[in-house]
Amino acid sequence: MSKKEIDDVTGTQTTGHEWDGIKELDTPMPKWWLGLFYLCIVWAIGYWVLYPAWPGITGYTRGLLNHSLRDEVTANVTALKQARAGQEAALGKASLAEIQRNPDLLQFAMAQGRMLFGDNCVPCHGAGGQGAPGYPNLNDDVWLWGGTLADIQHTITVGVRADHPGTRQSQMPTFGRDGILKEQQVDDLAAYVLHLSGRDANPRAVDRAKVLFTENCAACHGPGGKGSREMGAPDLTDNETLYGSSLAAVRDQIWNGHNGVMPSWSGRLTPEEIKALAVYVHNLGGGD
Amino acid sequence: MSTIWVVETNAHIMDKHTVISRATPGAAAAPNMAAEGVARSDAQASNSAANRKLYKSRVPIYPKEAEGLYRSIKWAMMAVTLSIYYLVPWLRWDRGAAAPGQAVLVDLERQRLYFFFIEIWPQEVYYITGLLILAAVALFLINALFGRLWCGYSCPQTVWTDLFIWVETKIEGDRGARIRLAAAPWSVSKVAKRVSKHAVWLAFSVATGGAWVFYFSDAPTLLHQLVTGTAGLGTYAAIAGLTFTTYTLGGLMREQVCTYMCPWPRIQAAMTDNDALGVTYRRDRGEPRGPHRKGESWDGRGSCIDCNQCVAVCPMGIDIRDGAQLECINCGLCIDACDDVMRRIGQPTGLIAFDTDANIGRRERGEPARYRFVRPRTVLYGAVLVLVSGILLLTFTNRHSLDLDVMRDRNPDHVTLTDGGVRNAYTLKVMNRSNQARTLRLEVSGLKARAVTAIGIGPVEGGLPVRVEADRIRTLRVLVTVARDDLAASRSVTFTLADGAESRATTTAFVTGEKP
Repeated sequence: MSKKEIDDVTGTQTTGHEWDGIKELDTPMPKWWLGLFYLCIVWAIGYWVLYPAWPGITGYTRGLLNHSLRDEVTANVTALKQARAGQEAALGKASLAEIQRNPDLLQFAMAQGRMLFGDNCVPCHGAGGQGAPGYPNLNDDVWLWGGTLADIQHTITVGVRADHPGTRQSQMPTFGRDGILKEQQVDDLAAYVLHLSGRDANPRAVDRAKVLFTENCAACHGPGGKGSREMGAPDLTDNETLYGSSLAAVRDQIWNGHNGVMPSWSGRLTPEEIKALAVYVHNLGGGD
Repeated sequence: MSTIWVVETNAHIMDKHTVISRATPGAAAAPNMAAEGVARSDAQASNSAANRKLYKSRVPIYPKEAEGLYRSIKWAMMAVTLSIYYLVPWLRWDRGAAAPGQAVLVDLERQRLYFFFIEIWPQEVYYITGLLILAAVALFLINALFGRLWCGYSCPQTVWTDLFIWVETKIEGDRGARIRLAAAPWSVSKVAKRVSKHAVWLAFSVATGGAWVFYFSDAPTLLHQLVTGTAGLGTYAAIAGLTFTTYTLGGLMREQVCTYMCPWPRIQAAMTDNDALGVTYRRDRGEPRGPHRKGESWDGRGSCIDCNQCVAVCPMGIDIRDGAQLECINCGLCIDACDDVMRRIGQPTGLIAFDTDANIGRRERGEPARYRFVRPRTVLYGAVLVLVSGILLLTFTNRHSLDLDVMRDRNPDHVTLTDGGVRNAYTLKVMNRSNQARTLRLEVSGLKARAVTAIGIGPVEGGLPVRVEADRIRTLRVLVTVARDDLAASRSVTFTLADGAESRATTTAFVTGEKP
């Protein structure tokens, strides 16, 4: 290192570096800044000693405090479970009707239900339970498998076309794709379904489809197309359709027979949680 | 050319350096008289342009204790503001059994703000906004009239710094004694003085942090918990934090907070005008300055005898004779110091006074001084003050002890039922601000509803009794269903809550999903 070079104008030492005749002043840093800098170093050393800090080959230094975020979370979850235990037990003992009548239990069930719904149901049924094409709206009064508290609880428990042995089971045949019906017949049936819900449809197609409907559809949907909750067969006379209500969407459903799946939640959620969820869904407004 | 310039600059620096070294305290052994009976202080302005450097350690300031009108006002303000701060949490106010009995309380846990007979809920935070607007506009108005009186007299930074300087003066002595102590080698007496000074500072700091937490919890209970060590960790942490900031800002950093950290000096620089009063050295009267000998004529010279007493008393360490400055907090202590000197040398007081630079110019031109307190900006600030106070007062006097918020479900915003009817869901928040439970009657009107149901309570048709506990909010979910044939006539819905004393109604939309 050459001798110190002092800038004439400022009286400050330069860094000794030069770029095209421009030299940089080595202005001393403010003392408070330096102080903070050294303080941070001391703090960091303390942190290394006390907290997990250095990675190793198979693990890491644990630190003298033996601190672990994982343990903290586990402890918090345990504490939360303990805090909720009393109400959880009450929820388990009460019947669904009793929950509905008891303001405290109802509030707890609704709070639990909102949280569980957000965690488990929202991806398909939407944040407000408003549904989407192929996923039922839980706010309205259309219930394929029944809308009483007990029905909802059972559907959540066993699922629809799920892997639970007692799952809700129904099968819409794939009339077109499997060649059960001809293309013309499927078109006619689609017109007939529109006619059932009181909409305009080609009258000649409707006429042609009358017999087809009785032979192929009435077994599940009923002779008048009113559907059946025991079968999980939708009512075709109302305006609510799971897979879309346009002529093309109805024709597509007859041709391809979409059969959506709702998972069974027993085993994933506790019976108390399913109860809370049933109360919440029922209270979205559509419950029978 | 540049070489010559550098040599000149160097010469300038060296010259200045010698000036500074001549003026250091040690060299002032032989008292330098400014006039008969008035010692010339060797105090120097800490911010003078001549001594300014980019980076340097703080120039220690040893403000001399002033005496006079402004010092008395400052003592009084200190007593008043500190008393308010320390005593207010201990005032009691009876609100019945359901609410706390502390007059001023910020109840974070239950989300209430109590101020004597006023109770503010989080939903009414606009009152706080209004008060902050009032505070800001009042600050602007005072600034436009008399300059930074807030900075000089009521700012907590000023009050605590003043308190800490007072402690310092009581323990270490006045300016001269403190300078000598700072320069003296370490001795038992110096250590004792320093330790006791910092101990008293820390004690005040702890008391400051300690008083703060009483605003957030029942004071007597919390004091008991604090003493017995059963208060929450957060409380101790808050006290520790405020102890640290009070000690550091009031004791160690002092004027640096105002100069470097506070935004207000900058704001006030932008808001001041030629007619705003400020502590001003009347250079028209003071210059040319210089020491005065007894019997010497005052003709052809100014009243300033260059005694530097104004610099010596300044808590900001500045020289007011350099003109209006960012650092000046308008406390007027230099006025006291100067008036005292003027009386002693038989000259009229007021060489430094609340005045304007514009008036100096006028007097120099032989015109009379003008003081304009009524100006467009003061009128505007005054009008805004009256307006905002009026709005606050009006809304406050029309405040209800019962309130109803209605939030319509937005997802889904309406539900079409199989029969073509439409249902909307609403969340109602019923706020009972009174200190007793009340049973209210909920009614729904404004549309032809087929069914109205409060979930978990029952049908609303014909009026549903809703009980709300004292000082509580009750949340209800209400479903309103309208039959298909009535949709066209159902565009809005009105929820009415009433008991014998009060009635509140809220109207909101009913969404049918059809185009109107």
